[in-house]
Formats: sequence, structure tokens, C-alpha cells
Amino acid sequence: GPGGGAPLENANPLIYRRSGERPVTAREEDDELPDSIDDREIFDISAFLNPAHLIRSINDPEHPLTLEELNVVEQVRVKVNDAESTVAVEFTPTIPHCSMATLIGLSIKVKLIRSLPERFKLDVHITPGTHASEHAVNKQLADKERVAAALENSHLLEVVNQCLSARS
Amino acid sequence: GVKDGSWTVLHLVEALGSCLENTDPRTRGRGIQLLSQALLQCYSLLQEKEVLHLVLFYENRLQDHHLVIPSVLQGLRALSMCEVLSPGLAVSVLKAIFQEVHVQSLLQLDRHTVYSIITNFMGTREEELKGLGADFTFGFIQVMDGEKDPRNLLVAFQIVRDLIAKNYALGPFVEELFEVTSCYFPIDFTPPPNDPHGIQREDLILSLRAVLASTTQFAEFLLPLLIEKMDSDLQSAKLDSLQTLTACCAIYGQKELQEFLPSLWSSLRREVFQTASEKVEAECLATLHALSACLSRSVLSSDTEDLLDSFLSSILQDCRHHLCEPDMKLVWPSAKLLQAAASASLRAYHRITCSVLPLLLEQYTKHPQSSQRRTILEMLLGFLELQQKWGHVEEDESSLLSLQAPVCSVVFSALTDPSVQLQLVGIRALTVLGSLQGFLSPSNLELVVDHLIRLALHEEDSQSSEAAMEAAGSLAPIYPKVFSGRMVPRVEEELRSEREEESSRDHCSLQQRCLQALAAVSTHSSIVRETVPVLLQHLQNVQKGSEAGNTQDVVSVCQSLHRVALQCQQDAEGCWYYHQTVVPCLLGMAVQAATQESTHPLLSKALLEEEVLAAMVPIISAATTHLSPELAAQSVSHVVPLFLDGEVSFLPQNSFPCSFQPFEDGECLEAQRRLVALLMAFICSLPRNVAIPQQERLLQELLALSCSCNCPFTATTAAKCFAGLVNKHPAGQQLDEILQLAVNRMEPGLAEGPRRTQALTLLLWVTKALVLRYHPLSAHLTDRLLGLLGDTELGPAAADGFSLLMAESPDVLHKGCHADVRIMFRQRFFTDNVPKLVQGFHGANPDVKANYLKALSHVLNHLPKPVLVTELPTLLSLLLEALSCSDRVVQLSTLSCLQPLLLEAPQIMSLHVDTLVTKFLSLTSSPTMAVRIAALRCAHALTSLPTTVLLPYKARVIRALAKPLDDKKRLVRKEAVAARGEWFLLGSPGR
Repeated sequence: GPGGGAPLENANPLIYRRSGERPVTAREEDDELPDSIDDREIFDISAFLNPAHLIRSINDPEHPLTLEELNVVEQVRVKVNDAESTVAVEFTPTIPHCSMATLIGLSIKVKLIRSLPERFKLDVHITPGTHASEHAVNKQLADKERVAAALENSHLLEVVNQCLSARS
Repeated sequence: GVKDGSWTVLHLVEALGSCLENTDPRTRGRGIQLLSQALLQCYSLLQEKEVLHLVLFYENRLQDHHLVIPSVLQGLRALSMCEVLSPGLAVSVLKAIFQEVHVQSLLQLDRHTVYSIITNFMGTREEELKGLGADFTFGFIQVMDGEKDPRNLLVAFQIVRDLIAKNYALGPFVEELFEVTSCYFPIDFTPPPNDPHGIQREDLILSLRAVLASTTQFAEFLLPLLIEKMDSDLQSAKLDSLQTLTACCAIYGQKELQEFLPSLWSSLRREVFQTASEKVEAECLATLHALSACLSRSVLSSDTEDLLDSFLSSILQDCRHHLCEPDMKLVWPSAKLLQAAASASLRAYHRITCSVLPLLLEQYTKHPQSSQRRTILEMLLGFLELQQKWGHVEEDESSLLSLQAPVCSVVFSALTDPSVQLQLVGIRALTVLGSLQGFLSPSNLELVVDHLIRLALHEEDSQSSEAAMEAAGSLAPIYPKVFSGRMVPRVEEELRSEREEESSRDHCSLQQRCLQALAAVSTHSSIVRETVPVLLQHLQNVQKGSEAGNTQDVVSVCQSLHRVALQCQQDAEGCWYYHQTVVPCLLGMAVQAATQESTHPLLSKALLEEEVLAAMVPIISAATTHLSPELAAQSVSHVVPLFLDGEVSFLPQNSFPCSFQPFEDGECLEAQRRLVALLMAFICSLPRNVAIPQQERLLQELLALSCSCNCPFTATTAAKCFAGLVNKHPAGQQLDEILQLAVNRMEPGLAEGPRRTQALTLLLWVTKALVLRYHPLSAHLTDRLLGLLGDTELGPAAADGFSLLMAESPDVLHKGCHADVRIMFRQRFFTDNVPKLVQGFHGANPDVKANYLKALSHVLNHLPKPVLVTELPTLLSLLLEALSCSDRVVQLSTLSCLQPLLLEAPQIMSLHVDTLVTKFLSLTSSPTMAVRIAALRCAHALTSLPTTVLLPYKARVIRALAKPLDDKKRLVRKEAVAARGEWFLLGSPGR
């Protein structure tokens, strides 16, 4: 599998604190008032993937780190415009040569496709200057046909799905 | 015949004679079998002489044909239980077995017989067997060598344990004995399914561990084995090795460990640094703790080196530098290793902390970022917490005491940091420092209190403020003088200050904080005596005011008073002080306000608001439930006459504008009647054995009030108070009469007229009071209630009433206020009434059917989940019907019933998957947010049904769930995202 058996990519990675459950406000509990889709909402959807299968070096089956704790996804790098139905997510691979960058990006993209209303146009790409093959990875992620084809590949789909499974 | 003594064994042997000597081994075997069975029945009756002959006979037979051996062993087992066995025979039997029988080629049962013989002899002939010296050990090693059966292994391990524990000579066979047992380590055994013997893997593990860890003689062989298995790929082998090592540390000393310490440490370090599993980490830490404790305990001769010192040095060397990298992953594993080693003994603690604490203090200063400081302070806190294990700080020994100044300055700096997370750790550190007796100097202690006051009252973040209040609460009992002398006056001052420059909202929140802080710090009786008068005075002040926000202020004071009441409950003296001070004062203020209302109705009086009275109820209740019966009786003798006769002399205020007569008729007495809430709070919280003066009169007054009063609050309160008293009233004629009276008043009210609602409320509360105590009349009253479900006017309220019957009510009729509550009342109510509800539903007019569903869903909602799951099949069709009901309360409650069932009874639910999918999906577009959320949760829970059942619906559900992804409410979208995500994964690879 990806990363399986390979030497640890980063045995002592930097870790970041989780921002914690989003508190529920009184407004959100009001039946009538609408809540627009905001950065934090998209951040929560994309940050809480289970990347244990992708990032093998921190694979802790009982307490996998989230993409947030690895600082792969940060709220400041998530931009939503509810009115114009656009979402842009920048993600930062753990190291500039991270071989899993495409799969991480793909997982984030699939998660967003499944979680957002169809009206949204999605843009998932690497934080500029943080990966050696930034351009190539971004191109793949932007290519609808390629994304669709990748998800036809049952091996890739398996890895992505593992990443999308709820953490136990 | 042998058993009852009419035959001797000799007769039997003679009778069997030809058979025992038969040349056919089968016949011989049968003869011996019969004899052995007889012996097993009557071995206790045998004579010494007979035993001798039988032993010789059986020993001889051990050389016989292999078909005969099982029966021979049975006979020897019988004889091994004889008390009259002559000296020397046990040894001779064992020698014969060791010599003649190849045990491991026998069947399991026969091998078991051999172990039993050995066990029997070890139990009764210990001295004789020890005479055999190491030969016995060797003989046994040969017997068990190669044993495979788990049942036999459990016995064999026990024998080895006894050999070691009872000091049998092992001689030159220590290593052989170790080999013959350690070859099973780590245990790899999974009991077969339907195993009738019930031997679990854990039994074998523990039994073998007890052998391996039973003697220091095994150490040189065992430790290398454990080190090897710690590196195993199997987590179970790792865990077993670690636990076995921990067990060994209980008996090992420095001598056994010396040679292996470096490899043990490097294995433990490797595991903790690399492991993915919290279990492995926890076991490693426990083992390190045990090793450190073992070395700390070892008694040294004068010329040996103290290994603890060098062991801890190597730990420090490998871990210390990681503490300087608070962002890196190894920082916590290193800190945990050091803490595990340090927690083993005071000596280890000093050795580690004298190196680590100065380092952490230095690192704190070097790292300016709050997140790094937080990690460092958390580690520091971990080490400080360990100090608590050894109680007070000893001056001469403590490295900690010399660090008092820098530790305090680091903690204080955390308290003023802008990061809330760092503040919170700082506050926790304060609690720990404060609990180390003698650590905080008086001046530092004052600083601590000042910081707590500042954080509690003025820190913007509510988490920090709350944590500071909690910390004050836990430190106050240790330093009551400092808190009552410094904190209470300062908070009181803030509470009284009227600040013009601040906006009223800030002022309001400061007042809130002050009230909360006063309550939080009231954790010591001397402090309670300071804070209670302050709170009461403040209550007196705010209730006079006339601003709009007044009610909320009064309620806040009440909440603080309530918290203090709860904190006083455990201490009898404090409880009485509180009761005596607070209850008359509250009653006095309320009576004052109510009598004023009767004479000057235009002045607004916050104290008489329903909301305020409702906030006073829990105070009086909490101040009453824990009173001793004597003191409660003293109090009740004042309170009842106050309400029945207007006897006000025990109240602190004694001039009132008019008399207090809450049970009299009259327009102007409306406000006075409302105070029945306070009577209820008091009288329904009394212990059951406290006699209530004029109880019958009181009950009649309450009954009259509940049926005749136009104010719903007062009528309901009177009904609750009546119900609370009836629930505790001893059974008998008096109770029957008062209940009859109640029914007589209720019935005409229910039938017609303007007060049907009041009558229904009374019916509900009385029914509840009786249902709880299994009173026979409860069935009649419940039937009356069931009948009302069909009433177009009262039906909906009656249906909601079922929730009241089943739920725990917060103020009366619960265990905390000594009500008579049978634990199974809900199940019983369910069994008695659900069939009637179902029947009623089928027979009801369409316009009232919803009432039955609602009542049913209330009953189901309060039923324990396991009961619900078993009762489900009979009710499922009705629940599915309830999903189509347009009442959202019914929808919501049905969905919340179904959700756990989907998770816990997926097989039954699978039968209805079609209906469930359709209904859940349609409810996701309900106009009510709560229903949409519940429906999405159910749609999510559907994914726990078998995948093959769900797959045909996958596409449809995913399509339908796209719509709630765009719901206007975020909370709904969140559930939709979760549910849709799970549906996508169904039947997909990698799920």
C-alpha cells in the first residue's frame, strides 16, 4: 500500500493542536434564521479526515492525527463564498517531497464533493511554494476527468475511502 | 457393598480375582476399572493395611498393558487421597509413575489424572516428597514436558508454582524447569467456539505469568526472553512481556536486573517512542515505574554501586534533550518516561526532578510562544503532581523548595499570558502548588489569591474565569483564613460597587462573576459563614430595585445560594447553619413582598415573579434534604404554622403590612398563594420519617387550592405539593380517605366547567405520586388518564402528561427529596399500559389518534434502552405509523426512539428498511429543524444495517441527502454531511 513498508518519512513531525469542536450559538439553534456556509464549516469538513493510511509515519490506529493537527489544512487557507457558490482550499503537504500529496488532495476533494451542495465550484490546490511538484499535483486535482478516473480505480478509491471513514 | 461396610475391599479383590488376572488385557482392564471406581467411592474407609496392599498391587500394574494404565492411574488417584497412606508409599508411587509411565503418550484425561495424583501428594505429603530432593522436580519436568492441553497446563503450572513457593529442591534443574514452562510464553491460545471448558486465554496467561514471575532463580533466563518478545510484531506478545516484567519487579532486586538494565531501557524507550498504541505505551510506562521502584527498594551491600542512579542517568540522558523541543512529537513520550521513572520513589523523584525541573524552567523562558510554553508548563505540572504522592515538602531533601521562586514566577507568568490555553494550565498548576503543604510562602499565597480573584472576576474568557473559580474552591478548604480574609471581602466590594463609567452590560456580567465566585469559594464552613450573609444581603438589595433586568439579577443570586447549599450538604453542622440562616430569611423576604402586594399592589416586586420563586425552590430544597430528622422536625414546627396560621414570629423580619393567609379566599391574596411554591420546596424535601404537624388539614387546603385557583402556577404548585406529601404518606385508612377526597374533587372538575385543566394537572401529579410507589389506586387513575386521550379538549395535554409521569421531575417526587420511588416503575408502567395505549389508538377517532401516539412515544422515550429493544417487535408497526403523524413532537420522539434501535437491533429493523428509508428521507425536509436533524441522524444510523440490505437504496439516499447539504441551518448540514458520507462508503472498498 501507499507508504507501507517504506521507511518513516518523518518520524518526529511537528504537531499542532486541534481547534476543538465548534461551539453552537443561540442563533444556530433558532429555527428561522439562516446560517450561511462559512470558512470554518468547510474547514471542519476537510480537516477532520483520517489520513492515517496516507501518512504512514504518524499512523497511530487508535489516535490518528487529523489533517489539522499536521497543519496540512488550516482555517486561514479555506475560502468560501456562499453567495457565489465557490470554495477554495489550500493544503500544505507535511514535507516538500511528500509522496502522498496527490492522494491527500484527492481525499480532500472527494470529501468536499460528497459534502457540499452541487452548486459549489471546488478548487483544491497546494499552498504555493510548499511542494516540489506543486504544479503537476494541482493540475491533476483540477482535472475533472482525471479525478473521476482516479475514483474508478478501486485501489485508489480504497485509500481515499479509508481516509474518509469516520475515526473510531 | 464396600461403601456401606458390608463388604471389605479384600472381598472385592477376591471376587474380582479371576478377572484381575485374566490374560486378556481388556478383561483385566475392566476388572481394574471396576476396582478403581469402587476405590474412588470409598477411599476414606480403607484401612492402612488394605491401602498398603492396594498400592503395591497398583504399582505393579503400572508395568501392565497400555490399555490397562488409565484404570490403574484412576486407582492410584483414589489411593492418593487416602489419609491412612503409610509413610514412604507416596514417594514409591511417584517413583513408579516417573519410571514406568510415559505420561505424554497418554490421553488428556489420563495425563490429568497423573497431575492430580501429584497435586494430592503435594498437598498432604510435602515432607516425604521433599525427601526425594531434586529427583522429584526432575520427575515432574519429564511428566509435563510436551503438554499441550490447556486444561492440563493450568494444573501443571499450579504444580510448578507450588514447587517454587513451597521450596522444593530444584537442584541442578532450574533451567530445565524454566524451559519446560517458558516454552509456552507468550501464550498463543484461542478457545474453540462453544468451548465447554470455559478456559480463556487470559487464564493461561495469568497462570503462566505467576510461574515465571515466582522466583528470582529464573531471572537470568527470563529477562533475555522478555527483551526478545518485547520486540515482537504481535501486540499481545509485547503486552504480555511487559506485564510479566512488571510482575517480576515485585520480587527481583538489583542483582537480578543489573546485567539487563541497558537492554531493558532501550527496549522500553524504543516502544514508547515508536508505538502506535496507547495500551503498549501505558504498559511500558508501568514497567519502567516498576523497574525504578524495584531498584529503589533493593538493599545494597556496602561495596555495590547503586544501580538506580546509573539507570536514571541513562533515562535522563536519552530523554532530557527532547524536553527542549516542545513542538516535536517526542516531547511527550520523553516526559512520560521521566515521570514514570520519577514516580517510583522519593529518591527517584529527587534524582530526576533536580535535573528536569531547572531545565523546564529554563526552557519556559527560552520559548516565547504561548503554545510552546503551554507544553512546557504541562510537563512541569506533571512533575509537580507527582510530588503530591509524598505529601509535604521536606526542607532538607527537596529540590523543589529551592525552586519555589522560579516555579511561582513561571506559573504567575502563565496566568497573565494572553493565551487562554496557557492560562488554564497555569490555573491547574496553582491548584497543585497550593496542595503541596508548605510550598507556597504566605506572600506567594496572597499573590495566588489575587491572581484567582483577577481571573475569576475580570478575565474576559469565561473558561479561565470558571477554572479560576474552581481552583479557588479547591484551595479554599486548605487555606480558609486567606480566602475568607482576602477573597471574600474583595469580591463583596466589587459586588457593591456601582460603577458609572462602565456600560451596564459589563457591570451586569461583573456582578454575575462576583456571585459565582462567592459560591465557588464557599467550600469550607468558615467561608460559608462569610459568604452566605453577603449573598443574602445582596438578594435583599437587588429585589428592592425596580429595573427591568431585576428578575435576572435575583435569579442569579438564587443560583449562587443554591450552589452553596449543595456544597454544605455533606457537613451536618454547615447544613444546619445554612438552613437556619437562609430558609427563614428567604421566607421572610417573600412574605414581606407578598403582604406588601396585598396592600400596595402597584409596586413591582421581583421576588414574587414565578421565575424567581422557581429559582428559590431548589435552594430551600437543597437546604432541607440533608437535615437530620430532629432538626428537620424543629424547622417543620415553624414553617407549617406560618402557612396555615400566619404564624410569623420565627422570621427575621417581624413587621408585615398585613397578615399572611395564603390559604384564605380573597382577590388580594393571589400573591400570598404563590408562596405555596416555597412551602412545597421545604415540605416535599423532608426525610420520610419526619412527622408533619396538621398534615390532614394541610392536605385539604392544598387540594382545595389546586382545584379552585385560577392562577396556573399556583394551582400546579399546590397539586405538586399535595402529590409530594401523598407519595410519602404511610399507607392506611388515612391515606385512602385523603385520596378519595382528591378523586371526589377531581372528577367533577374533569367532567366539565372552567377548571378542567387544573383538574387534569391534579390528576397527573397524584397519578405520578402513586405510580412511583406502586399504590393500588394508581391503576384506576392511569385508566382515567388513558380515557382522557380521546377527549378533544384535554387530549393533547393528557398525552403530554405521560412525559410528566415518566420523566424525573426536578423539584418534587424524586429520590433526592426522599420520595418513595420504586426502581422498576417505568417498566411496570410500560407493561401495564402500553397494550391499552395500542388498543386505544386502534379504536380512536382519527382526530385524536395522535394523542395516543404521543403518549406512547413519551413512555417509550423514557424506557431503558435494553428494555425498549426487547419490546420493539410488538410496537414497531405502530412506531412506523407514528412517523407519518403530522405532530412534530410525535415525529421527534419517534425518531429518537428509532435511532438507538437501528444501532442495537439492526436485524429486526432490516425487515422494514423500505418504510424507514422513505419516511426518514421525507422528514429531512420537515419545517422543524430538530426534526430534520433527528431524521438525518436516523438516516445515518441506517448505515449500521447489513450492507446487502442497504445497497439497493444507496443511490436514492445519496441523491435525496444532497438537498439537506444546502439546508439553511448549519446544524442540519452537519448531520447531512455525516450521513451522506457514510452512505457513500457503503459497499465501497476501504470502508
